[in-house]
Formats: sequence, structure tokens, C-alpha cells
Amino acid sequence: MSRKRSDFENSFFGKLSRFVNGEYTPFKEESGYSVDQTETERRLHDDFFKEAEWTKKQNEADSYVSEYEGWAETKGIKLYNRLYRILAGVVCVAIIAVLLYTVSMLPAFGNPDNPANNEVPERYIEKGLEETGAVNTVAGMILDYRAFDTLGESHVLFIATICVLVLLKINEEDEKEKKLAESDDRRLEPKNDMILRFGARFLVPVIELFGIYIILNGHLSAGGGFSGGAVMGAGLVLYLNAYGFKKTERFFTMRTFSIVSVSALLFYSISKTYSFITGANDIESFISNGTPGNIISSGLILPLNICVGMVVACTIYAFYAIFRKGNL
Amino acid sequence: MEIFTNIPCISIVLCLMSGVICSVLNWKAARIWTYTVNFLLACASFAVLIYTISTGEAFVFRMGHFSAPWGNEIRAGILEAVLAMFFSIIMLFSLLAGSKHIEADVKESKRKYYYTLVNLMMSSLLALVYTNDIFTGYVFVEINTISACGLVAIKDDGQSVVASAKYMIMSLLGSGTFLISICLLYDITGHLLMSDIKRAVGELLATGQYVEPFTMIISLMTIGLAIKSALFPFHAWLPDAHTASTISSSSILSSLVLKAYIVLLIKIFYRAIGWENILEAGINNIIFVFGIAAMIMGSVFAAAQKDVKRMVAYSSVAQIGYIFMGFGIGTTAGVIASLFHIFTHGAAKSMIFISLGGIKDVSHHSTLFKDIKGAGFRNKAAGIAFSVGAFSMIGIPLFPGFISKINYAQAAIEVGHGKMVLILVTLALSTILNCLYFFHALIDLYTPTDIDEYETLDMYGEREENPGFIKARPLYVSAICGFILLNFFIGIKCDLVLELLSKGLGMFG
Repeated sequence: MSRKRSDFENSFFGKLSRFVNGEYTPFKEESGYSVDQTETERRLHDDFFKEAEWTKKQNEADSYVSEYEGWAETKGIKLYNRLYRILAGVVCVAIIAVLLYTVSMLPAFGNPDNPANNEVPERYIEKGLEETGAVNTVAGMILDYRAFDTLGESHVLFIATICVLVLLKINEEDEKEKKLAESDDRRLEPKNDMILRFGARFLVPVIELFGIYIILNGHLSAGGGFSGGAVMGAGLVLYLNAYGFKKTERFFTMRTFSIVSVSALLFYSISKTYSFITGANDIESFISNGTPGNIISSGLILPLNICVGMVVACTIYAFYAIFRKGNL
Repeated sequence: MEIFTNIPCISIVLCLMSGVICSVLNWKAARIWTYTVNFLLACASFAVLIYTISTGEAFVFRMGHFSAPWGNEIRAGILEAVLAMFFSIIMLFSLLAGSKHIEADVKESKRKYYYTLVNLMMSSLLALVYTNDIFTGYVFVEINTISACGLVAIKDDGQSVVASAKYMIMSLLGSGTFLISICLLYDITGHLLMSDIKRAVGELLATGQYVEPFTMIISLMTIGLAIKSALFPFHAWLPDAHTASTISSSSILSSLVLKAYIVLLIKIFYRAIGWENILEAGINNIIFVFGIAAMIMGSVFAAAQKDVKRMVAYSSVAQIGYIFMGFGIGTTAGVIASLFHIFTHGAAKSMIFISLGGIKDVSHHSTLFKDIKGAGFRNKAAGIAFSVGAFSMIGIPLFPGFISKINYAQAAIEVGHGKMVLILVTLALSTILNCLYFFHALIDLYTPTDIDEYETLDMYGEREENPGFIKARPLYVSAICGFILLNFFIGIKCDLVLELLSKGLGMFG
């Protein structure tokens, strides 16, 4: 024999299922003065309360409801945001404190007994000139001893440019995008700024020459591909600002960018693979170190410096141009 | 057979070069080039695997004329070779299956850049697997971060750009933390090469110097890589990034990118810091707690989703929790179980994302639960692939997920009482939750619906707005077959995989 409950509606599960369906709210009925009370129920209450008292109670209930209605949307979010900011501040301060404490425990700066002053820098300094042929030890280190890291690093620059292109490139065939590009203020360029043009006329050749000097002397004095390329890129950006896109597009377009950076990176990869493989398998390599101090010396470092310099210059110019007009 | 030692170096540089070449090719040529390169990589990694098995030991390849602490070097053993092979196979299948979706989602002027990003991504994955130098690892983490964000953003609708911005911020936070820890480690040990760091760390700990900075270094390194591989409290970027991108990107991001950072982390733990030092510092217990939390919370979040793709993305959070939990157990068995789960999740999750692409095509271009009803009948290949992936994730015998769960349970029985109970209870709970949401999707997928509703579709699911979608079917179906075979291979030949993994881990130390 099965037991059936006749009043399923008022049972726990009945209420629960109605609650899930949104027909029943336990919190409102408990107060007894819910806003959507039916007329019959109201009449029942009239036996106990006078009309005036009833309306007063109902107003109270209404105000109670309106006070907490939409609490989550208005005050809740505000409270959450405030709490979030306070907690974020606390976490930041805690991390800063822990990191500062850690730094205070580290070996003192410049102490000759530090663990970092071991056989690794010793060989770089003592035998670097002999082994790499580079007077500039830093160039010898990044382009010969640890050339694989630098190979990765120059591809980081390349992939950064590609990502900016992916995000900002304007497709000339797309009507909507073309319209957007036309509303750009680059159409007003060149700005015909006499001072800028006059300055650029003298400065740009000097800056470019200085950049080339830094790159070509990378293995002989302070500098190298990264710094020289940055100088050259800055010179190009100055020229662009003074004379506008029409002038720069005569010698620097998407095509130039592709040819220069792709050939530089491919030369870097291929030549370094040759040197990795000959080095690892103890095969005689035809690259010699030459006489240290000469401009043509130190094996692959000079050509690699030129490659890195070209990639960096292209990247800096390409960043500016893509951000400015959405293409090269 | 010495010549095989050149393969890791050549494959990394080949990927870098083909990335650069793809940026100037026509996109169709770039696509074929990428397929070829990935196929060659899989074959080459297989050759490395055979070579390392035959010699029985890992080899070190000197990058250039200068030996290790001065120059760079890479290192390959069985584990590295298996991972490289697995990564290139998954990459190849994901690209093959998603090729038409890439055409639909990415504008024509940008399509060649997609393959550029994919190639550079592959080079960074290989370098992270093969590296023996922490700083080389960092350089390729950078490449990986930027290309992963590019792969999300390239779809170029509002959602994907926002998701990739979110991803970028969180990912850079992880990179920054990782870089700080490398700097601190260099400061107290004076080395960047993993084996030299391990020696120096041993000396430092024996004399009791720099104990506090050392603890800080381990925690920063773990947190940095945990953010990048979306361990539970740092998972906020994952669902958006994996939902908003095109399906090939989703499957690459979930199966390869998250795993590469975990591989790097385990490599650093074993080869640079020393597993016994990690156990002594108790970091594994912290990882364990977060892993357990991720297993439960990821599944709870997943069960609450209305979108199947988002649900699958949240399920990744739970699976990453499994992997970290295995490391947290602290025994070799636990680590091997986690390494096996890298393969399980990699093979299954990429296939699920690929199948969701096919389901989306026949369901009004949506993956909401209410829209996918009956999609398993309309696109049979995608339905089967989703079922296989879901069974594997739930842990049904014959599928790799079952072996993973058995491994975890066996690893749990060997450890102390408290951890054992916690692991077994969480495994059971997590399996129930997995069943809950994956069966919800499966039941919806195979609910018969009124086919008239989908009359605009032809028998293959081609839509009027997207003519040409259907031409990819043979490629899509064959890639899915490949995925299914891979899953069954891992599930049935699990002894072989487990043996390789334990041998590979033995070579790590």
C-alpha cells in the first residue's frame, strides 16, 4: 500500500519545486504582507485589523521591499568593488613587502665573493677576446657564447610585430575598414611644421649614420644590433613625422619590411645553425675570428649584429606606422 | 647514429625559420608548408625517441663551439622525445581538422599570419621541452605567450580581442613572476644551466645559506608557471580565451600551451632545484591543495555553464588540477600519473574542441545546450569524436582517462593515510561531476529533434551563408579518425606509454 499525500502543494517538495519554478517565494509570504496578496486573503486579515492599520502595514512592507529590492545591483556591486580594491591593495602591499624582504637577504651588490662571480663570467672576461674575436665582451657573449638565446630574442621582436599587424592591420578591400582608415587624421599629414622639417633635415642623416656606426662597431665598442637598431628606427620615425607617409612610402613599404626582416632573420637562423652544428659535431668551420680590433673580424658577430639591427629598426618603425595608419 | 643528436636543434630552428617564411608566403602555401613541417617534426621526434631508447640514456647537444655553462645547450631523453612527438602530432591534427574553420574565422589578409604564429608557437613548445637552460626557457616562454595571445586575437571579433587582452595580462603576470624568480636564483647560485644550479643549490642548502630567498624562488617559480597553466585560483583567463578563439586555436591552447609550462615546471623541479629539496620545502603540499581545489571547483564551474564550449574550457581547469595534484602527491608514481594525464588530456581535449567546431556548424552557429540538441545525428563524425573525448575525460575503460584515474588511485594508496583518503574521495567526486556535465552534453547531442528545423542545412550540414564549408569534410573526418586512434592507442597501449614515461623520468634526475 502506498501512502499518498493529498496536499502536495504545501509539502516541502511541492514548495521546493514551485520555488525552483519561480512561483513561490518563502521570504515574502512569511511576512504576511506580500505585495501581491490576493483580495480574499486581504479580507481575512480585515477581521483582525482595521482598514487604516492595514494600509499602514502594507506601506511598511512596501517600503521594506523597496529598500532591499535590487540591493545586489546597486549597493552590492559598490560594496564588492570597494572590498575588491581594498583586498587588491592589501595583496599588493604584502607581495611588495615579501619581495623587499627577500631582496634584503640576497648577497650584497658588487661584492667580489658573490656567487654570481664564478667561473662563467671569468672565462667571458679573460678568454672572450681570444675565443670570439670581439673586443666588446657583451657582443661576444650574446652573439657567440649564448647565440641561441639571442636567436629566440630576435624572433620575439618579429612575432610582436606580427601580433600588432594581426590586431591593427586595415584591409583595403573591406569597405567598412577602409572608411574607418579614411577618417584617420593621417590624411592631414605632413603637417608642414617648418621647425620640425628644418630640424629633421639636419638630424635624420646624423641619427641614421650614428645608428649604422653603433651597429658596425658593435663588436669593437659599446653598442650592437639592439641599440643601433633602436637609434635607426627612431630616426625613421622622426623623418616620418616631419615629412609624412608619402615620402617614407617611397622607400619603406610592407614589401621593404618583409624583405629586410625576413632575409635578416633567415640569414641569422641559417648561419647560426651552421655554426651550432659544426660546433656540436666538432667539424672544422670556415668562419675565422680574424684579427681582433679590425672592423672585419670576430667571425659571425658583425653580420649578426647587422641582422639584429635591421630587425630592430624595422620593428620600431613598423610599430609606429601600424599604430598610426593600420598598415605599413 | 650520432647524427640523430642534431635533430632537436634542427627542429627548433626549422620551426623558427618556417614561421618567418610563412609571413611572406601566400596563405595556401603557408598552410601546406606548416603541415609538412609538423609532419617532419613528428617523424624526426620519433627518430630521436628510437635513438634514445637504443642508447638508453639522455644526450646533451652543445649549441655552438662552447660547452655548457658558457654556451647554450639542449638536452633530449625519452620523455622529451615522446613529448615532442606528441605535441607535433596534436598540432598537425588540430590544424588539419580546423583548416576550413580558420578560413571562415580569420580574414584572408591575416590568414598567413595565423600559420606564422602557429610555427613560432611550435618552435617555442619544442624549445620548452628540450631546454636545459633556465634562461633559454624564459626566452621561449615569451615567444609562447605572444603567439598564444595572437592565436586568440586573430579571430578579430569583439569577444576574442577582449579575451586575448585578459589572457595577455594574466600571462604576462606569470612571465614576470617567473623572470623575478630566475633573477633571484641567478643571484644566489650564479648559474643558469639546470645541472649547475642543482649542484649550487645542494651546496647552499648543505651550508644553510639563503634559505629564505630559496623558498621565495620556488614559490615564485611555481606561481608564475601555475598562472600560465591556469591552476585553479589563477584560471580566470582560461574560459574566455578558449571559448572565443577559432577551434584549432582552442585545441592548441588547451592541449599544448598549458602542458608546455607544466613540462617546464617539472623539468625545473627535477633538474634545477632537485625534487628532494621541493619535498623538503613542502611546496608539493601547497600544489596538492590547489590541485584538489581545482579538481572540484573546475568541475563545479563547468556544470554551471550554458555553453558547451565554455563547459569544456572549464573542464580543462579541473584536468589541470589533476596534473598538479599528481605532482603534489610527492612520489614518483604520482609524477608519472601526472605525466600520463598530460597525454590523456592533450589527446582528448583537443579532439573535443575540434568536434565542437563540427557541432557548431550544424547547430545555428552556436554551442549552447539548447541549440546542440540532435547535433550528433546531423554531424556524425563530430558526435562520435565528442563521445570518445567525453568518455575518456569521465574515465571509462579502454579510454586513456580510465588509466589516468587508476594511476592516481594507485599512487594515492602508496602515500600516507590523510592524503590517500583525500585523493580517493576527490577522485570519486570529480568523476561524478565529470559524468554530470559530460553526460548532459552527450544526452543533448543525441536527443532526436525535428529535422525540419534545420532544413536550411544539407545532409552534410552545409549552410547557405557558408558555401564551401563542406569541402573540408574528408580532411576533417580523417583528422578526427586520427584523434580517435591516438586516444585508443594511449588507452590500450598504456603499458608502453607508462614504461616510456617512467624510463624518461629516470633519465631526468
